[in-house]
Amino acid sequence: MDSTEALHETAGAGAAEAHASDHSHPRYLLVWLWLALLTAAEVAVVGFTALPKSWIVIALLVMAVWKALLVALYFMHLRFEPLRVAVVAASPLPLAVLLVMVVLQEYS
Amino acid sequence: MEAHAMPYYGGRAPEKGLAVYTQKVGMWVFLCSEVMFFTGLIGSYIILRFGASETWPQPGEILNIPVTAINTFILICSSVTMVKAFAASEMGDKRGTRLYTLATAVIGAAFLGVQIYEYSELLGHGFGPWSGLYGSTFYTMTGFHGFHVFSGVVCMTWATVKAFRGGYDNGNYQGLEVLGLYWHFVDLVWIILFTIVYLI
Repeated sequence: MDSTEALHETAGAGAAEAHASDHSHPRYLLVWLWLALLTAAEVAVVGFTALPKSWIVIALLVMAVWKALLVALYFMHLRFEPLRVAVVAASPLPLAVLLVMVVLQEYS
Repeated sequence: MEAHAMPYYGGRAPEKGLAVYTQKVGMWVFLCSEVMFFTGLIGSYIILRFGASETWPQPGEILNIPVTAINTFILICSSVTMVKAFAASEMGDKRGTRLYTLATAVIGAAFLGVQIYEYSELLGHGFGPWSGLYGSTFYTMTGFHGFHVFSGVVCMTWATVKAFRGGYDNGNYQGLEVLGLYWHFVDLVWIILFTIVYLI
């Protein structure tokens, strides 16, 4: 079982009979645990002053993106939506990058 | 292990176009506009911060990181209860739907409570929106996010009442899924804000 599969479980326990055949649900508590651990790691990294500031910033940004992806993919179910929906969801991201880059360029 | 073979259609026949029901498409389009809204705020913050002539305070120098980290954890917990509410509703678990919608509303309100406490502490120490670029950008970003959480809590309260009245029973869970998308988005934005505003 790879790490992606580990985030899933098959729906079907308890009262799930009616919809168990439709699809499975991610292991939400496992995603929650990852989010909690990453949050704790972020706070720990800030206090780790022995590292250069730039390394700390990169580590923090990587963990923030990691957490955001976990929320988007598993809680917002983007991983299980048709590709078209994921494209719609991702459509503002290039525009967002463009907005910041253009204004930064103007400023500098 | 079974993979996700079916997308989340929300119990309805998929409509043409994106092959998801209209309300969900509408929420995604709305969230796209919200991405641009918060990008404007975050982009302004980055530009103002790196162009500021004043010295920017170090993480934890003014803001209380431990309290906010706990608040971040609280919001993450509310995302879990939200998605569990949707899952319970989808699986026909009425008790779970009611329990988790109520929990989400309560935990969301707790997040706001901690934010109000944080604001009162900061204001008590003389750090307000008028406290230079740092103060104005901090209150603008966290304030707008707080307003989004407040709106979400209002909607969740309404959803909780609806859940207790059986409004999400019998496969009628589309509203809960759409509201959940908004709620998770607000959580996602906070994850970014927490890093940029508090930790960097």
